[in-house]
Amino acid sequence: MGMSRRDFLRGGALAAAGVALTGRQGEANADAPQMRTKGLKSSTTICPYCAVGCGLIVHTKDGKVVNIEGDPQHPINQGSLCSKGSSLFQVAVNDRRLQKVMYRAPGSDKFEEKSWDWALERIALRMKETRDRTFKQKEINKKDNKEYVVNRTEGMAFFGGAGLDNEECYLWSKFSRAMGVAQLEHQARL
Amino acid sequence: MTNHWIDLKNSDAILIIGCNPAENHPISFKWIEKAMDDGAKLIVVDPRYTRSASKADVYAQLRPGTDIAFLGGMINYALQNNLIHEEYVREYTNAAFIINEKFNFEDGLFCSFDDQEKTYDLKSWAYENDAAGNPKRDMSLQHPRSVYQLLKKHYSRYDADKVCAITGTKKEDFLRVAAAFCATGRPDKAGTLLYAMGITQSTHGTQNVRATAMLQMLLGNIGIAGGGVNALRGESNVQGSTDYGLLFNSLPGYLKAPQYDNVDLKAYKEKYTPKTKDAKSANWWGNTPKYITSLLKAWYGDNAVAENDFCYDYLPKWSTGHFYSKVIERMGKGEIEGLVCMGMNPAMGGPDSNNARTALGKLKWLVTVDLWQTETSIFWQRPGVDPKDINTEVFMLPAASSVEKEGSISNSGRWAQWRYKAVEPVGESKSDLWIINQFFKRIQALYTRDKGTFPEPLTKLAWNYGEGHEPDVHLVAKEINGYFTKDMTIVDKDKTLEFKKGDQVPMFKYLQEDGSTTSGCWIYCGSYTKDGNQMARRDASDPTGLGLFPKWSWCWPVNRRIIYNRASVTPDGAPFNPKRPLIAWDATEKKWKGDVPDGPWPPMKDDKEGKYPFIMLAEGHGRLYALDMKDGPFPEHYEPMESPARNLLSKVQNNPLVKVPANVSSNTAKFPLIGTTYRMTEHWQTGGMTRSLPWLVELVPNMFVEISESLAKEKGIKKGDKVKVTTERGAIEAVALVTSRLKPLNVNGKPVEQVGMPWHFGYSGLAKGDSANLLTSAVGCANTNIPEFKAFLCNIEKGGSKA
Repeated sequence: MGMSRRDFLRGGALAAAGVALTGRQGEANADAPQMRTKGLKSSTTICPYCAVGCGLIVHTKDGKVVNIEGDPQHPINQGSLCSKGSSLFQVAVNDRRLQKVMYRAPGSDKFEEKSWDWALERIALRMKETRDRTFKQKEINKKDNKEYVVNRTEGMAFFGGAGLDNEECYLWSKFSRAMGVAQLEHQARL
Repeated sequence: MTNHWIDLKNSDAILIIGCNPAENHPISFKWIEKAMDDGAKLIVVDPRYTRSASKADVYAQLRPGTDIAFLGGMINYALQNNLIHEEYVREYTNAAFIINEKFNFEDGLFCSFDDQEKTYDLKSWAYENDAAGNPKRDMSLQHPRSVYQLLKKHYSRYDADKVCAITGTKKEDFLRVAAAFCATGRPDKAGTLLYAMGITQSTHGTQNVRATAMLQMLLGNIGIAGGGVNALRGESNVQGSTDYGLLFNSLPGYLKAPQYDNVDLKAYKEKYTPKTKDAKSANWWGNTPKYITSLLKAWYGDNAVAENDFCYDYLPKWSTGHFYSKVIERMGKGEIEGLVCMGMNPAMGGPDSNNARTALGKLKWLVTVDLWQTETSIFWQRPGVDPKDINTEVFMLPAASSVEKEGSISNSGRWAQWRYKAVEPVGESKSDLWIINQFFKRIQALYTRDKGTFPEPLTKLAWNYGEGHEPDVHLVAKEINGYFTKDMTIVDKDKTLEFKKGDQVPMFKYLQEDGSTTSGCWIYCGSYTKDGNQMARRDASDPTGLGLFPKWSWCWPVNRRIIYNRASVTPDGAPFNPKRPLIAWDATEKKWKGDVPDGPWPPMKDDKEGKYPFIMLAEGHGRLYALDMKDGPFPEHYEPMESPARNLLSKVQNNPLVKVPANVSSNTAKFPLIGTTYRMTEHWQTGGMTRSLPWLVELVPNMFVEISESLAKEKGIKKGDKVKVTTERGAIEAVALVTSRLKPLNVNGKPVEQVGMPWHFGYSGLAKGDSANLLTSAVGCANTNIPEFKAFLCNIEKGGSKA
């Protein structure tokens, strides 16, 4: 059955409207059977590179990303993307992405595959040992020679966060302080 | 950004200094070009003829690290030619304030410099107060000790000839820039100033930023549509990560991280709650006690009560700065056992990378959380080392990408935008939220079971994000917003509001000091309310036509799209520029129209309730003269730590507060060229997110350095040749890119050549190359310690494999 240009555009507009209203994942094209996004789901995202905050639409099929493109509804980029933003698909679909937890023993010349449970348990132990060993409850200040409570873990540092979501940054900040880690720094200092 | 990306379209003149948006924020250029289509002038000041410069109406070259000379020259030009927005300057800035008699500036030094400690006594720069305790003002701006007169005197030394002798700019270019941008000093014109790391990465970086803000205040360009001081931030959520306090000196919402001598919550509040006796000053930081208490309640829940200081003791207190380069220094001395990197790559992302890589080898354990193998996660098998010699235990954890999880990120314009999960994470990778949650739960279990040193901060932490496999990101977002911990009745002017225990707090003005509210980050209070997740909004309506898009996502604070917007109107509330009214006071309805105003109060002139526009300062006025900069109330030109030039303005060569590390020197016989680093469209930061993407690798496959045609001729280097670049810190190999985009500078009669290079390359990934940061030094800004990546001395010679 043929399809007029008008039908095609109407279908596309409806499909876009489905995403536009909520941004949540939904059927991309219930009314546009001949669009190239046939059978795909789509949801919106924001570019992970620079801080312009361009919008993109992610198309998926059977739980796999099949296409990512600029979101024409987004008021900042209106569908445009730079070369990095246009390449987001290759972040989602890339053989070089890490798929497993890897561990390198002291002095070893290779990584070994480990389970999450094994690695997280060992990391927690390392963190606790370091915290217990290097925690400084009080210190004498050199300027006035008085003793102050500082409650700091001197032997541990946390770096990073500019690539994390806000909610992740918040928990990272909260966790760091609960650990007594004052040596918390990230890309904003550089 | 005080403003936001789309607002660039409202500008009459756009000054790009210390950034390169056409290259590094390409989509922003859509809005710059929109402004240009409407007649705006684009002005670019940069050492290199960049992609942004290629679009400019006016381009001026300057030597790396001489921004204060250039901007000081523009300040002088605006003052001498009477181009300032006089009413704005008189009413809204501290130009009329009188400074105490002791203040003095002589030959490069402000008063009270302690040569031993390399510090100033900031009290010696204070305002002179009247009997009531308010700063004295002279509204005629004629008092010799008024900020205006001191400013005029200070920058009278920055005349065009002196400026150009320092910066190497052609005088006619400097004058064209000054004339084009200072033309926005009129009330009906708007000029925006865009900057990034070219301004900040300097031993006087904070003063560079101040110079931009001072110029914009003099021209009446802050708080208006098409104006502002706009930092173009480089990482998708570096705004958010800064907002959430991932810095040693900052808690979420820019609350100060407590120091050793803030001995209890009372002392903390006392120190960080500014006071004013002026009823016209909103003094918004006067609310600090409400915000710190709400933060502690969010963190320690029911365990945080007034009787135990809301668990204030559980926060670590810092003594000497734990800034990035200091942490690396301590690591190098073996003083740090463990490091966790969440998407950060210190093996090449920081200065003096040879030193940083050696320091990583002193760790007992290292955890990297990333999408990729990075230079940091494989530092123990980097070229030139034997893994056997490195005893660091390394855990390389696979993280989910942005389309494999749900949450918000904040762009440079402070818009918090929600992202959705499109697919499950690849392989066994997990979201950072899941990983942090696992760290915490396992540590808490260990401390609960085995006890240990001071376990309470962990065992008593409130951590209630559902029972699912992954923490419920919506519960985290709601905790950030904050909720009421008991039933409350709040009287707000003529309204009586009833809240139930557990209700979301609608906005931060309802946060409390007594523990009856929580808020994990007060500036985000209002982002997730009973009306739902405001960050997920997608209503593209634009009622003002200014591109504010008030119902698209949500921006802090209180969805105000342009901050300090009370400065866009006259003291009686009429827009300075009736063609582009951002807010306007409706005297009949007694309310503001337009953007969310900087506070609900009537215009400043209102005797009872009017407020000054710069609400975050105790004196309510924008600071042309700063009280809290460590290195001076006015930005003063000093040379970069490594410089081929003598300071022509004073006998003080470098920022006197900065200590010089051993591997920094200005040996121009050995290192006669100026090196500078930068980013590019096709790659990003340390390259993890780009150097493993075939499409991008095809575009830019190699590490390269850019040199001028004249330097290439002098050294016998052709385009495509392998070259070696050296500094005091190290050497790299790269491909030479000979280009007319780079030109030598004429500095005080002598030509000075530059070597420019991206810092994206390293030894991991699909496309590999030497790291520019092997060359850079860890010397940093007097106020923030951000390293001086933008100006260092180097040499170049022909030949591969480091010649």
